[in-house]
Amino acid sequence: MLAKRVIPCMDVKDGRVVKGVNFVNLRDAGDPIELAQRYDEQKADEVIFLDITATSDDRATTVDLASRASAELHLPYCVGGGFRSVADIRRMIAVGADKVSVNSAAVKNPQLITDAARAFGSQAILCAIDAKRVAGNPNKWEVYVAGGRTATGIDAVEWAAEACKRGAGEILLTSMDRDGSKDGFDCALTRAVARAVTIPVIASGGVGTIEHFAEGIIEGEADAVLAASVFHFGELTVRQVKEYMRSQGIPVRL
Amino acid sequence: MIAVIDYQMGNLLSVERGLRGVGADARITADPAEIAAASTIVLPGVGAFSDAAASMRALGQMDVVERRVREGVPFLGICLGLHLMFDAGVEGAPAGETIPGMGLIPGVVDRMPAHDAQGTFHKVPHVGWNTIEPAGEASFASPLFEGIPAGEYFYFTHSYCAPVVPQTLAVTSHSVAFSSAVRFGEAAFGVQFHPEKSSDAGAAVLRNFARFAGEL
Repeated sequence: MLAKRVIPCMDVKDGRVVKGVNFVNLRDAGDPIELAQRYDEQKADEVIFLDITATSDDRATTVDLASRASAELHLPYCVGGGFRSVADIRRMIAVGADKVSVNSAAVKNPQLITDAARAFGSQAILCAIDAKRVAGNPNKWEVYVAGGRTATGIDAVEWAAEACKRGAGEILLTSMDRDGSKDGFDCALTRAVARAVTIPVIASGGVGTIEHFAEGIIEGEADAVLAASVFHFGELTVRQVKEYMRSQGIPVRL
Repeated sequence: MIAVIDYQMGNLLSVERGLRGVGADARITADPAEIAAASTIVLPGVGAFSDAAASMRALGQMDVVERRVREGVPFLGICLGLHLMFDAGVEGAPAGETIPGMGLIPGVVDRMPAHDAQGTFHKVPHVGWNTIEPAGEASFASPLFEGIPAGEYFYFTHSYCAPVVPQTLAVTSHSVAFSSAVRFGEAAFGVQFHPEKSSDAGAAVLRNFARFAGEL
């Protein structure tokens, strides 16, 4: 049976992990590869490097990171952030990235998903969606772009369904209401999207406790759960999370 | 030396590094002469069946690989590399037709259905970590799986799969049960999963293969 996945996410700027990383015994806490290897030891199923470098001029460092990851990591990895064209994506795939995630550029130009999926296969293309609750409507969420700064008026569930139809292989769904809150995933949002698509949904945003991970899978109907700070600060290990998920009857790789 | 065959469809760094990581001498090559001289051959999986088969034929690799496998040279096909061991595949072929593979194992590599026999929906591509189970009592006694328990998880990413045949060593279930590992003759193996992306369990398979092949 296909296992549910636990995915640590690292924000990377100029090839370095940003946001605090408080791991004991890391030689270089800012090195994304070393951190990813630590997560591999803890049984992470894959890792995501989110490139938050503002300008495309600095892309070369991210290409270098991906090519190092191909050589040094023994688990699948995804690179996200700032891809505007098939050519941008090709540079990452060419150095061995298993997956890339597209966000703002795909909202602006949905054909990017179609073209990238055709060129590299659906399994390589994640569509990242940042969604925020619409005030006064508990079952409606709006897509935001530009790192959550710009509202689009687009319905998040409808956009997920379109991305799926266009060939995206997975949806990486972040609740902006919950992101950083430690209140748990927005399970209503996650479930609404999971039921609207035929591809895996990765729940993101809001994890604070170990119970939240299982909620994302059971109540949110997600296929994978993503977290950053609870892992980076060493509050929880991936292994602890998976042991708890297993105790709740969720199939995991341990 | 292990020749990692480059049929120019994508990046093979992780396969080469995975083999080097377990201590084997591996080199990426597209040269048929080098493949003909290699002591061991690894055929990784990148791209679609039709494109890979066409590219291997155009580069003069297909015949030499098939000949050397039939001669008993240790061989490991990964993902599409397993598919190419079979008679034929439908991926990239015109509707109703197939593209020939190396024909080492009888059977056609077909698209995974989206529904199982009970009508339950399964997501295709089959992406993520899934378990392998022995196809028969003796199958896990194969050198490839030494020290690896039934039910171990490996990383898969594919939309097409090979049928379960007498040469099947291990089976994995999604919408259908398919061959997740096969053996042709004594020395040729194929795996549907990606050992180079399967953490410690994957490294164990690569180490077992390299040791069996006399490369360690």
